[in-house]
Amino acid sequence: MTGGRRARRRVPLRARLRRDWPLLVMVLPGALLLLVFHYVPVLGNVVAFQDYNPYRGDSALQALLGSPFIGLDNFRALFATPAFWDALRNTLSITAFQLVFFFPLPIALALVLDSIMSRRVRTFVQTVVYLPHFFSWVLVVTFFVQMLGGAGLLAQELRQAGIDPPEIMTNPDTFILLVTAEVVWKDVGWGTIVFLAALSTIDPHLYEAAAADGAGRWRRLWHVTLPGLRPVIVLLLILRLGDALSVGFEQFLLQREAVGRQAAEVLDTFVYYHAITTGDYGFGAAAGLFKAAVGLVLILLANKVAHLFGERGVYARS
Amino acid sequence: MTRPVWEEPPSVAGQVAKGSMLTAVVLVVLVPLWVALVTSLSSRETINAAGGLVLVPRGIDVSAYRIIFSGGQISQALWVSVLVTVAGSAVSLLVTVLAAYGLSRPGSVGHRGLLFLFLLTFLVHPGLVPSYLVVTGVGLKDSLWALILPSALNVFNFVVVRAFFQNLPTELFDSARVDGAGEFRILWRIVLPLSKAVVAVVGLFYAVGYWNVWFSALLYIDDNEKFPIQRVLQTFILAGQTPQTSGTAVGTALPPTLAIKMAVVVVTVAPIAAVYPFVQRHFTRGVILGAVKG
Repeated sequence: MTGGRRARRRVPLRARLRRDWPLLVMVLPGALLLLVFHYVPVLGNVVAFQDYNPYRGDSALQALLGSPFIGLDNFRALFATPAFWDALRNTLSITAFQLVFFFPLPIALALVLDSIMSRRVRTFVQTVVYLPHFFSWVLVVTFFVQMLGGAGLLAQELRQAGIDPPEIMTNPDTFILLVTAEVVWKDVGWGTIVFLAALSTIDPHLYEAAAADGAGRWRRLWHVTLPGLRPVIVLLLILRLGDALSVGFEQFLLQREAVGRQAAEVLDTFVYYHAITTGDYGFGAAAGLFKAAVGLVLILLANKVAHLFGERGVYARS
Repeated sequence: MTRPVWEEPPSVAGQVAKGSMLTAVVLVVLVPLWVALVTSLSSRETINAAGGLVLVPRGIDVSAYRIIFSGGQISQALWVSVLVTVAGSAVSLLVTVLAAYGLSRPGSVGHRGLLFLFLLTFLVHPGLVPSYLVVTGVGLKDSLWALILPSALNVFNFVVVRAFFQNLPTELFDSARVDGAGEFRILWRIVLPLSKAVVAVVGLFYAVGYWNVWFSALLYIDDNEKFPIQRVLQTFILAGQTPQTSGTAVGTALPPTLAIKMAVVVVTVAPIAAVYPFVQRHFTRGVILGAVKG
């Protein structure tokens, strides 16, 4: 390894350039896209510290350079806005709720799918349950409105039976159940893929040995299957924690009108409604930066915890 | 698959529970699709008799589809979406495959730094406001490129393709290089023909992403001639506005709005449902490989 590295070092840069320039040309378009549409916006977060006026100068760049810096005023204004704390609270409760009521479901479904002996039945069920993952949120919400909304199939059938249909799509009190049901409908099947792959890597001899020692179905599940899934579960938990402040943005934006701000405002929709639609960009950028910073800290923290427990985590320790 | 000898035979109760659970799951996914399809194909009488959405088909009436395909806002939006999907997927695949191959060889010039630039995007997110300012600042407001360029390179897809390339046996390239083939030629002639599965999966991911684009259109497209289909679906069904249709239906009785709505839903679902089963068998291989190696 070190020998190889030293040998590589000995090749002069000019010779390496002559050898590798086609590779650099290939990377160029992708690198440019990331620079322009990812890293320039990352730097553009300085508007969070400005009294940004988009109409100053002729271009966004001139507006950026010409707008005065106001220190942490945007953050002060943000933290003094009750709607921001409502949005943060909504976001965190939805994340926590879905961690308990969504996260385990793909594992359970994967275990059931894995136990199906008939290849044909299994493939059919997989084909069906993966499908909604590829639908847009507009479609998913449309389907829910069509089935459960005021003019939906359920209400239609109940009314014909003489029963007053319950309000499902517009009730803020049960909104958390509704959005979780939508996430389950869309992604429970897709979530099984990674667990099915992990299940297929568990050594069958472990099951056989456990069975020979008298372990029944449930004990094998507990002592062989679940430990086999543990690295994947930890990995996905870390990723979910790093994303704790992101809940389905489009999903909430689409339904905010129907159920109202109190229940449906999350951090992302807060930024949209308090910056993009009002033009108060500095304030919105401050909220976005707050979210990004907290997210970064969370994922680094979660990874650290995973290492402490002896798991591999998202990236290696080096 | 057969049951291993040491495993106890399944209990009847267990089988029944499992069977009914899976049946329920499948029905919950399929019934909404079925209702949309049947209602879109129903005549006014059938819809009135059912009191709205139709579960049981009675005859087939395609007038709703005739309306949405005969010009007007929905036809226009479908064209926009097809255009964005085709052009976007082509751009995305090109950029992704080139970058993945260009960064597939550790030790090449700039490899470490460039790879870091790509992977750091997983940890550092720009946020909505600065992204909006940049996209509008470079003059993409009301341009369909605003739906394509900002998301043209998905770094997760890049990781999947790169991992696939790195798993190919290196002897293949070495011998070609000895024969004097350049990198572009090796990529086109040797690597890509071996990578059809991963290109198909990643291509599907990109295509679905472009077909489903909604929020970018809400942000950047004000001209409703340039609305993609999801944006029209949202204004039409969720916000309850009526789209303009062409005048060809003058004189004939219009099909009920509900049938037209459901026809829009069906044409939005159809391309996805049609393409994805062909790619599905590659999912596990493509997706997991990328996830594990990345």
